[in-house]
Amino acid sequence: MTMGAKQVTNMEQLLEGIWKQNPVFVMTLGMCPTLAVTVSGFNALGMGVATTFVLVCSAGLISLLRNFIPKEVRIATYIVIIATFVTLVDYIIQAVSLALYDALGAFIQLIVVNCIILGRAEAHAAKSPSLPAVLNAFGMGVGFTIGLLALGSVREILGAGKLFGVTLFGADFQPWVVMVLPPGGFFVLGAWLLLFAWWARRKEANHGA
Amino acid sequence: MSNQRTDIPPADITGSGRLVATLGLVTMICGALIVAVWQWTLPAIAANKKVMLERGVKALVPDAARIVEYDAAADGIHPAQGDPVAGAVRFYATYDGGGKLLAIAAEGGARGYADVVRVLYGYRPGCECIFGIRVVQMKETPGIGDKIITDAAFVANFDKLDVSLATDMKSLANDVKTVKHGSKKFGWEIDAITGATITSKAVGRGINDSVQVLLPRLRPHLEQLEKGASS
Amino acid sequence: MSMELRASPHLHSGRDVPTIMRHVVYALLPICAFSIWQYGLSAIALITTVTLSCLAAERIANRMSGTVNTLSDWSATITGILLALTLPPAFPLWMGAVAGFAAVWLGKSLFGGLGHNPFNPALVGRAFVQAAFPTAITTWAPAFSPQRFTEFIPSTLTLPFCVPNDISAWVTANMVDGFTGATPLARWKFEQFVYPVEDMITGAAAASTGETSALLLLVCGLYLIARRFMDWRIPVAVVGSAMIMAWGFQMYDPEAFPPMHLALLSGGLMLGALFMATDMATSPVTPMGIWVYGAIIGVVTILIRYFGGLTEGVMYAILFGNAAAPLIDKYLQPKVFGARKK
Repeated sequence: MTMGAKQVTNMEQLLEGIWKQNPVFVMTLGMCPTLAVTVSGFNALGMGVATTFVLVCSAGLISLLRNFIPKEVRIATYIVIIATFVTLVDYIIQAVSLALYDALGAFIQLIVVNCIILGRAEAHAAKSPSLPAVLNAFGMGVGFTIGLLALGSVREILGAGKLFGVTLFGADFQPWVVMVLPPGGFFVLGAWLLLFAWWARRKEANHGA
Repeated sequence: MSNQRTDIPPADITGSGRLVATLGLVTMICGALIVAVWQWTLPAIAANKKVMLERGVKALVPDAARIVEYDAAADGIHPAQGDPVAGAVRFYATYDGGGKLLAIAAEGGARGYADVVRVLYGYRPGCECIFGIRVVQMKETPGIGDKIITDAAFVANFDKLDVSLATDMKSLANDVKTVKHGSKKFGWEIDAITGATITSKAVGRGINDSVQVLLPRLRPHLEQLEKGASS
Repeated sequence: MSMELRASPHLHSGRDVPTIMRHVVYALLPICAFSIWQYGLSAIALITTVTLSCLAAERIANRMSGTVNTLSDWSATITGILLALTLPPAFPLWMGAVAGFAAVWLGKSLFGGLGHNPFNPALVGRAFVQAAFPTAITTWAPAFSPQRFTEFIPSTLTLPFCVPNDISAWVTANMVDGFTGATPLARWKFEQFVYPVEDMITGAAAASTGETSALLLLVCGLYLIARRFMDWRIPVAVVGSAMIMAWGFQMYDPEAFPPMHLALLSGGLMLGALFMATDMATSPVTPMGIWVYGAIIGVVTILIRYFGGLTEGVMYAILFGNAAAPLIDKYLQPKVFGARKK
């Protein structure tokens, strides 16, 4: 058991990815799907849930097998395991909704190269028992989903006047087309990062006072 | 001197047999998982695809009571089974309640501004024309490229688009072509949308590429299709 | 006695940023006046709104970043006026305000304020609204409508966040001879129609608020050049290279490419070459670099216009030139005096 010197509670494991180490806003990992598929809340949620599924399942399995996998082939093993769950998610999304499958396109298959997942496997699941590993992965997944939703909802509201496909404003609303185009992803991500950075600095200044 | 060499203790080296065994075992577990889930989701995926297809075809041919899938291959037409064979074109024959052949629907696609634009088009053998299209998939710029769905003048291009075959039955008499806005002269031309020329052209090219292959293979077997419903 | 020892230079020319900027504003005023004469109330409202939103954005940015108040250096005012001049006269005011905020925040404040911005802020603002509202930014209204000083163009007063009011009925009611709702460049691209020279000099052709009269733009630019507030080489390089390109294509195939006057007098070429490409913060400083930079802008403009999907290319050409400016400076450093070739 190679837990760190200080004991980390299960609750902290869960919350790490949601807040302190949020993959989107703090670690800025997995930017490819973050920018590409967040044109609507529905897409963002679909991508977030799919990634969370892969994260949790792969973390669980890797953690179970951690004492069995020799370190020489660990990366290969992790990738095989991650790719397996991505394939499963691919089938499951097709079974649930072809519309979502078409909207997410190649980004479902590309979950396999999402650095959050391999990062979690290598940095956490490979060294932890199953429960903390799964909790930590779940927290990361939820944090990632929240990040995607933060982008997706803003982009859908401004870019289409809708949220989760529900029209929010009257017929007179002028959509900001740029928000559902690729530059919109960068603008919205930048705005969120700016907001968090500004907020963090304010908090720090208040603490100092 | 040799005893000064610091040998890596043998205990730290994992034997290659062990490595292969680990990878093999993990791969086997994963393979089993994939196959299990594939079989479990297969009926749902097939049902989804069918619903999606029927929705698309019914939008073009609202009276269709029955939709039969066929593949048009180089050696004739066959009822569709699984994914289309390489080179074959999948099409859908629609029949009304009395078993009369109403129209043929098929899909064409070509690269647009952002990604491939795929359209389902309806073909009526009686007039040798396309009588409507439905965009199946596209990622074109909202407000510009998506005018191919909303622009009434553009959609009207496909009310009766001439795709009659040449006398040798090997190709179209006239290629379907997207022309500059306002310069449409013939029944086989598509009037492009100003400002969305690339997307308009993709629609025209997608239809042309598909029709050029499908119709020469389809025409000789039209009678077979007309009878097809009763059998 | 206290003595202060400093490295040279010791003499200040008396020209600081606010002075230069103030003179640019002076040079822009006749252009504003002309556009107001053409489009009346709508032009006044658009220029005012966009400028005020730029100033507001600058003030908020100052506040949030805790830096000094930079309103008095006139740069936000220039950004606002220039931006308004590049927008169509019928542009809804709320979209103009969005453009103003985008220009100052995205184009300048985020990079650290005046002098640190890699791109011309006014063009960043325009690029933003061009991507956000592609329809509104290509809706043109005729100049010299009879009621222009008593009523607004209907789309000007669109409620915030709403689709612009339809102006087709208004355009028909205020029909001015020969107005088609398309710019000369668009008419050439889609109809092979070549606008007569005189319409493009006097401002009768459909265009953005401040780019209708090439002649007036030239006069105002000459003022700045004469007062040496502007580097004459940039506009000469931009217009010159565009001219050579247009001439070359015209020689190559007179059927397929428009005559040279269309390339020079239409769209934003004059406005861009004189007032935007010359932005000191975003253009190179080396003498050779300036020529290269201007030539890049001219060539890219013509390439976009003739071969691109857009009808107008000046904006992206200048942004492209801005992006290339640091690289140009790096590779075209003048030889240090006395240095030997290695």
